[in-house]
Amino acid sequence: MRLIKKVGGWFDERLQLATPIRETMQHPVPRRTASWAYVFGSAALTVFALQLVTGILLALIYVPSAGEAWSSLQVLNHQVTLGWFIRALHGWGSNFMVAIVLIHMVQVFLFGAYKFPRELTWVVGILLLLLTLGMAFTGQVLRFDQDAYWGLGIGASISSRIPVLGPRIVNLLLGGPIIAGATLSRFFALHVFVIPGSLIAFVGLHLLLVLKLGINEWPMPGRIVRRATYIKEYHELTRKDGIPFVPGAVAKDLFFSGFILLCIVACALYFGPFGPSGQPDPTIIQTAPRPDYFFLWLYAVLSLLPPSMETPALLIGPVIALGVLLALPFFSGEGEKSWRRRPIAVLTILLVAVALGTFTRLAGNAPWSPVMDAWSGDPIPARYLKGRTALERQGALVFQAKQCHNCHALGGVGGQRGPELDRIAVELTQDQLIRQVIQGGGNMPAYGKNLSPAETTSLVAFLETLHPAGQAPAQDASRLGQLGGRP
Amino acid sequence: MSLPDGLSRRAMLVKLGILFNAAVGAILVVPIVSYILSPVIRQRRQGYESWLKLGALDQFPAGQTRLAVYRNPVVNPTDGETANIPCWVRNVDGEKFQVFAINCAHLGCPVRWFPQSGLFMCPCHGGAYYSDGSRASGPPERGLFEYRYKLEQGNLFIDAGQMPTAGAPTAGLTNIGVGRPPCA
Repeated sequence: MRLIKKVGGWFDERLQLATPIRETMQHPVPRRTASWAYVFGSAALTVFALQLVTGILLALIYVPSAGEAWSSLQVLNHQVTLGWFIRALHGWGSNFMVAIVLIHMVQVFLFGAYKFPRELTWVVGILLLLLTLGMAFTGQVLRFDQDAYWGLGIGASISSRIPVLGPRIVNLLLGGPIIAGATLSRFFALHVFVIPGSLIAFVGLHLLLVLKLGINEWPMPGRIVRRATYIKEYHELTRKDGIPFVPGAVAKDLFFSGFILLCIVACALYFGPFGPSGQPDPTIIQTAPRPDYFFLWLYAVLSLLPPSMETPALLIGPVIALGVLLALPFFSGEGEKSWRRRPIAVLTILLVAVALGTFTRLAGNAPWSPVMDAWSGDPIPARYLKGRTALERQGALVFQAKQCHNCHALGGVGGQRGPELDRIAVELTQDQLIRQVIQGGGNMPAYGKNLSPAETTSLVAFLETLHPAGQAPAQDASRLGQLGGRP
Repeated sequence: MSLPDGLSRRAMLVKLGILFNAAVGAILVVPIVSYILSPVIRQRRQGYESWLKLGALDQFPAGQTRLAVYRNPVVNPTDGETANIPCWVRNVDGEKFQVFAINCAHLGCPVRWFPQSGLFMCPCHGGAYYSDGSRASGPPERGLFEYRYKLEQGNLFIDAGQMPTAGAPTAGLTNIGVGRPPCA
């Protein structure tokens, strides 16, 4: 014990860090901030540390070469002892980090912590959010599989829409004319050097600001932030009702960080690593690329926006969103901090959460994508074929052979790009069906050139059988009168 | 007397030192920026595209659309399989051809050809195209990207080498026209 003290003393005589570290640890914080609501920042830092360690471990094996990255991931998954577990930790750590950073941001926003004098802390926080998302995207690229390859294609296609500079930005992004070796190498440099380096620097700045300005006090309704008086009031609060950060407030941080690490370990053990999916060979086109979880909402937005609005929304939307986030502390730097007195803030969070949640959920089953193998893999329900005429069954065959099933569901199976057809006979008359099949429209391709008259006749005959029992198919009233109705 | 003089001399030296480093920095900036921008500079000087052989004409029967693969003309040793680029070759009538890029005109996903319904379908966001590459439905604002082609000594050649994107439809400048089929 005495030896440790002696060695410690020897070092401190030279480093002279013991006093500032002790002062930092014991700096007074408002008593109520020792709360479970204040644990997300430190948890994000803990997960970041986990990512650094597991990232370095993965870099021992990973080969950032377009020709070999995929096989080096296979080696990690199957040959290196517990390589799969380190990959799983890094992958799940990434998901947890994005989630915790977002929750931290919501908490800071609802507690008004971005207001005077913590504007810069918020701005640096926004940068940290962008860097974290940058890590998530570049990390998905390093898992160099089919999703990564075509995801890069989507990134390039979006960048290409930037006016004037677009094509050059694509070359710069890809490191050449196509997605290839140079692309992976530069995303490796971004993921391993550039972004983590910036993250470390800005995390340091973020923490320094928190220490210099003090942690945000628990917001009380009616306690108004004023530039002239706030700092004095805050110091009074920490003096009268403050506790030292260590040991007063740090216990909950420690427990929550440990709990999050345990959750990541549990997910990694139970679910295992992410992918890699198929080889990044562009000639394998039997693939349906999907982005990682935190970009699913964007995938949904890109599918659902009207075509004409897409480019403006893609290019201007992020600029506006970023501008609003960065400007927030400057046009709302004073006033109420408590969420109880800020209904618009609460509603904004709810709106954004519901929107992102809805888009993410939609992207989970992607109703806008045709089911590419429904025509050969999903049979027509037997009840739609029983007791049908030869013509109607021939029509069912046309329905499958012409890939109608890829976009239209029957009995809940098949694509959802177009409407379900289980009650189509009630909704459209025979003439309307023929017109729709031949001319298309309303986002359906025209099949006029690809169906013979006999095929159209049989297909429409089949479609006319699709109505609920006891509900008559739609009929054209004028035809009914003149021709005496259908047989 | 000498103190202020000495100070100003030192201040002068510091300024000169900063200036010297700025000058060296400026000399360093040029190669660094050129290095970073090399993919763009190369595109502007030499271009990425060249005429590539897709194969003998008898591989592409009249009236059919077939997948063909070429090796990208600009390759690095580390590219592996990523430099093998597929494309769709449509032999219209034995004389006229259309060669479509694999990349959907929307966001670049690989489109698949369905000969039965005569449609190209994209698995990502649901774009669909007719057999002549014109837009059928979905989010794309235009038809498929088309490569320029030529027939020489019984072989099909295309002018390719760069990933076609909406902003840079290097794969031929045909088929542009928002939401309209090209030859309607």
